[in-house]
Amino acid sequence: MINREEKKTDVIVVGAGPAGIACGITLARAGKEVVIIERGLFAGSKNVFGGAIYTHSVKELFPNFETEAPLERRTVEHNYAILGEKDATTISYKKDGNGSYSIIRAKFDRWMADEAKKAGAYLVEETVVRELIVENGKVIGVRTELEEYFADIVVLADGVNSLLARQIGLRKDIETKDVALSVKEVIKLDKDIINQRFNIKDDEGAIVEIFGGPMLGMLGLGFMYTNTDSVTIGLGVTLNELVKANYRPFELLEQLKNHPKIAPLIEGGTLKEYSAHMIPEGGYKKIPKLVSDGVMVVGDAAMLVNNLHWEGTNLALISGKLAGETAIEALDDKDFSKKSLSRYEKKLNQSFVMKDMKTYKDLFDVMHVRKKAFLDYYLRKVNAFFEMFTSADGVPKRENYWKFIKSIFTDRGIIELFKDVFAIIKLVWSILV
Amino acid sequence: MNIDKNLYTLKYSPDTESHLVPVKEDCKLCVSRCCTYICPAGVYEWNEEKQELIINYENCLECGACRVACEKQSLKWEYPKGTKGVTFKQG
Ligand SMILES: Cc1cc2nc3c(=O)[nH]c(=O)nc-3n(C[C@H](O)[C@H](O)[C@H](O)COP(=O)(O)OP(=O)(O)OC[C@H]3O[C@@H](n4cnc5c(N)ncnc54)[C@H](O)[C@@H]3O)c2cc1C
Ligand code: SF4
Ligand code: SF4
Repeated sequence: MINREEKKTDVIVVGAGPAGIACGITLARAGKEVVIIERGLFAGSKNVFGGAIYTHSVKELFPNFETEAPLERRTVEHNYAILGEKDATTISYKKDGNGSYSIIRAKFDRWMADEAKKAGAYLVEETVVRELIVENGKVIGVRTELEEYFADIVVLADGVNSLLARQIGLRKDIETKDVALSVKEVIKLDKDIINQRFNIKDDEGAIVEIFGGPMLGMLGLGFMYTNTDSVTIGLGVTLNELVKANYRPFELLEQLKNHPKIAPLIEGGTLKEYSAHMIPEGGYKKIPKLVSDGVMVVGDAAMLVNNLHWEGTNLALISGKLAGETAIEALDDKDFSKKSLSRYEKKLNQSFVMKDMKTYKDLFDVMHVRKKAFLDYYLRKVNAFFEMFTSADGVPKRENYWKFIKSIFTDRGIIELFKDVFAIIKLVWSILV
Repeated sequence: MNIDKNLYTLKYSPDTESHLVPVKEDCKLCVSRCCTYICPAGVYEWNEEKQELIINYENCLECGACRVACEKQSLKWEYPKGTKGVTFKQG
């Protein structure tokens, strides 16, 4: 019989991603004993994202991160590229608003974990939690490959796959339509070349959100981010689409890299690292049960991702922080019941995290049904419009305009057009009201 | 397209046994064998002669997609041991 008291701590957090670290550091700063268990060689070594972190949320946990953390570039430009097969229309918005920074997860997560250690959290790396220990329906600890650890509260911050939330029935298995598989490449390029191609200065960064191209007709999005001396390019496609269409994700990425709009941006670069990761896409309706006796679920494990905006780390950080604050109250009250921990759920509901999840609750339903319209036909049509608008081929303009307008009616048909408009109105309504 | 040149950019510490274990009988009856194409690391190949999967588990990126997508929902999938598997230096 193991001596449980000896191996017992206040809180165990599984996973040292943004959600787990935010939870751990919140507890450590309040003087609670917290152990963060991470399966990777170091925090961040198993983690992949786009990506950019959002200043507002990071500051809530790390007020001085802008001077202390390993950051790549400060975002000053957002581009939205609508790709046809061979053409593209881009909308670009430029403002130096300090809203986000590109980072490298292997460096940034590690830095955050070091900060948590400095605050007094214990970080156990290279250790996989295989199972939760449940007694009388209450989670009382975790089983790793070698040992058992016990705690009053266990926080599941184990990411999108969250085998642990599934083990104790907080959620069902993920369906292929509720998750996107993403592949990405980090491509090394000279700093000066990046500055030139993206029209930015040394510390400035640009983001490109990509629609269409090789993903035309599929529920998928592409992305590019600039790092100090590398550029990230990747795409994420809903898993059921890949399964159905018999696509190899890296071949789609290769096609994207060869698109005439994208290829010049990465030309001459060398591949630094290839990676892949899943992104939760189920949205509000697929959020699992967030609390039970002795346990809370945070971050990707709770499906807290706002896909349209590529926001995940901020929802992870804030959900982790709120779970940490709840755990502090529960420890002070010595009450680790589901009822006590459900304060986490209330806090989450009051924060932007759950409000944003609710705002987009219908987005993916609509997109799944109307993807042939919104992620294929109209994307092509945007480009077709500009092709027409920019052509000087001797055809009178008015004739061109009418031809273009007529084509929409003949291509789509009145009924489909009506359905498209209806879907848009319904969607916009659900977002705004 | 060959994915190997991409995988060369990664740091791996392979285990001696696979953390991915399919149910052989299920794979024989599986229609899509989707694991052989959706995997971002090309871990699974179908061996027609032996009627079984070849599993290059040491190339796995630990994304979990094959587990979610498995047609028979029977792929036994777990994380490699704490000291094993892939390490991303960028992410
Ligand atoms: C391609 C891509 C692009 C993205 N782009 C952006 C972006 O630009 N901006 C943004 O804000 N978000 C982005 N996201 C989303 C964001 O990455 C996630 O929402 C965020 O990382 C979630 O944080 P987390 O801590 O919940 O999970 P994770 O970051 O996944 O961390 C989970 C941790 O738990 C560990 N772990 C898992 N299981 C166990 C176990 N059993 N035992 C021990 N340890 C375990 C893992 O090793 C990992 O360190 C992107 C995601 C992807 C995949
Ligand atoms: S999808 Fe599942 S059942 Fe089919 S071949 Fe792959 S592992 Fe076997
Ligand atoms: S976890 Fe991902 S990388 Fe590993 S075998 Fe499955 S699909 Fe391939």
